[in-house]
Amino acid sequence: MSEDKRLDVIDDYDTLNMKKTLFDKVWDAHVVKEVKDGPQVLYIDKHLIHEVTSPQAFAELEQRGIPVFRPDQIVATADHNTPTVDQHLPVKDVLSRNQLAQLTENCKKNNITLYGLGHKYNGIVHVMAPELGFTQPGMTMVCGDSHTSTHGAFGTIAFGIGTSQVAQVFASQCLLLQKPKSLRVSVNGTLKPGVLPKDVILYIISKLGTNAGTGYFCEYAGNVFEEMSMEGRMTVCNMSIEMGARGGMIAPDETTFEYVKGREFAPKGDEFDKKVAYWKTLPTDEGAIFDKEYHFDAADIEPMITYGTNPGMGIKISENIPTENNASFEKSLAYMNFQKGQSLINQKINYVFIGSCTNSRIEDFRVAANFIKGKKKADNVTAWFVPGSQQVAQQIVQEGLNHVFENAGFKLRQPGCSACLAMNDDKIPEGEYCVSTSNRNFEGRQGQGARTILASPLVAAATAIEGKIIDITKQLN
Amino acid sequence: MDKFVKLTSSAIPLPIENVDTDQIIPARFLKATSRDGFGENLFRDWRFQKDGSPNEDFVLNKTIYQGSILVAGDNFGCGSSREHAAWAIHDYGFKVVVSSFFADIFKGNALNNGVLPVQVSPEYLKKLLTEVEKEPNTQIEVDLEAQKITIVHTGVSSDFEINSYKKTCLINGYDDIDFLISNKAEIEAFENA
Repeated sequence: MSEDKRLDVIDDYDTLNMKKTLFDKVWDAHVVKEVKDGPQVLYIDKHLIHEVTSPQAFAELEQRGIPVFRPDQIVATADHNTPTVDQHLPVKDVLSRNQLAQLTENCKKNNITLYGLGHKYNGIVHVMAPELGFTQPGMTMVCGDSHTSTHGAFGTIAFGIGTSQVAQVFASQCLLLQKPKSLRVSVNGTLKPGVLPKDVILYIISKLGTNAGTGYFCEYAGNVFEEMSMEGRMTVCNMSIEMGARGGMIAPDETTFEYVKGREFAPKGDEFDKKVAYWKTLPTDEGAIFDKEYHFDAADIEPMITYGTNPGMGIKISENIPTENNASFEKSLAYMNFQKGQSLINQKINYVFIGSCTNSRIEDFRVAANFIKGKKKADNVTAWFVPGSQQVAQQIVQEGLNHVFENAGFKLRQPGCSACLAMNDDKIPEGEYCVSTSNRNFEGRQGQGARTILASPLVAAATAIEGKIIDITKQLN
Repeated sequence: MDKFVKLTSSAIPLPIENVDTDQIIPARFLKATSRDGFGENLFRDWRFQKDGSPNEDFVLNKTIYQGSILVAGDNFGCGSSREHAAWAIHDYGFKVVVSSFFADIFKGNALNNGVLPVQVSPEYLKKLLTEVEKEPNTQIEVDLEAQKITIVHTGVSSDFEINSYKKTCLINGYDDIDFLISNKAEIEAFENA
């Protein structure tokens, strides 16, 4: 649908005095038709794919003799099982190598652009797509990966899908969906020093739990998000799925337009101006009704860490682990080898991971470098610093951050999902704790028997220097 | 896709909350390029010891529990979008998963693979778990047409929700691709509007 047509629809809302949410406006502009007593046919603007969740979808289409309908609207990258060292050499693991070769072959056969291993645009799908300008406000985007919610930072409806749905989008550029309910989380006030976007979202999830958002699309509102950079907004939206919400969105504003402007695949010149005029109509109308609303005070948020085996099990770094009598809670603590009521300050940590689609953008490495500068890595720590994309890796060098890391005893690795899900060789050994900037602390997520503690890049950097968890707030105030 | 109309079976109890997709199928098993064989590694790290021998304490290894219905704790299937989780459950032989709450993406993936997610109240889930744990051969009837689940010997039943479109798909074994492709003219008209 053209921008003019979409602007007409927005005008109609005004004429009829209909109060719409950001989510409503974008969703409604993509409904092709409604099935009677059933789902809606939703048009998808951009489809991102990677090696792990696409092969079975390609196979299904081929088996049924169905062509890929809109190959130009698909972008492919290799990220989930790629090695983060020696990317110029053939991938050692046979199964990973096959899966990557399959992606290359499928993209070639179907005329899909692939930014494979070693390409200057290669990277984690949710890092490379925004930085190349594929992600734009008002779009619908999907990917066979639950952290597709990241792109909602641009005021985009973006969500993860299963492989059967990947095949559906291949075949028709559409999905059959029930419109989710709407949820708004507002955070207003002033954040304390050292409180990063990651802390804000870990705080929200710790308050709401891992399924508060199930069945909903979430909008984040309030001055805290308005004042955040695009990188910060992406970190927040990325973890929407960890409270069950299929996606999270933030209203597009000047920060958004400024970020998109000039990017490789972003609209240029008059076309860009025309888009901006439409994007400006997207923010939620005053008085629009949400199905559910939550409000938080920014001043109550502190640097956060998790102590359990789901992202909702988070505490302020200076707090003690809660005491709950429930079998699932106890099973979780037993896995982590923590006690009820225990403090995590001074907990020895041997592994630190800075990376993943949550926190592997340039700002995250700036935060880490800023803390690390002039200090030395603790001897007991093995740290993996994994940039989210080739472009981030390059910028780290341009800004000289690599020297900061090297002087402190750290080595940068090559881009990929890495130890976030440990599909490649970047696995945390059994029984070891890892302070990680990733998004999931599930049992075995970072390797069989590995124990994950989620945190911000600042807390991760501090842990890597100290070799243990410290109360970072003491150093900041 | 397999059809699903009605099923009567004993069930396997898994009273753990927040069973995430990394437990259902760990990421290291996602390297296959076909949909087959994932059942072998269903709940891999709970089901097997590090040396590959079965963990006798895990319910799937207790031979007294058999059947094609999995009864699980709240918020089943949270985490990643990997459809491999639904494939693993299907491949292992489950046709129904019962819980008091399902994560969105998992629920959709299950439905797209002929596995019926049956959401019941926490109270009914508790009843079901108690019966099954007390008497492993307890028969459970799941009737999709009537949208009803029943503990056969007590007759205690509960209704469950499913959207009418997905219900029709399951009863007839249809999938969404056929439907979407049949709408191509409208999709093209939308693109050109």
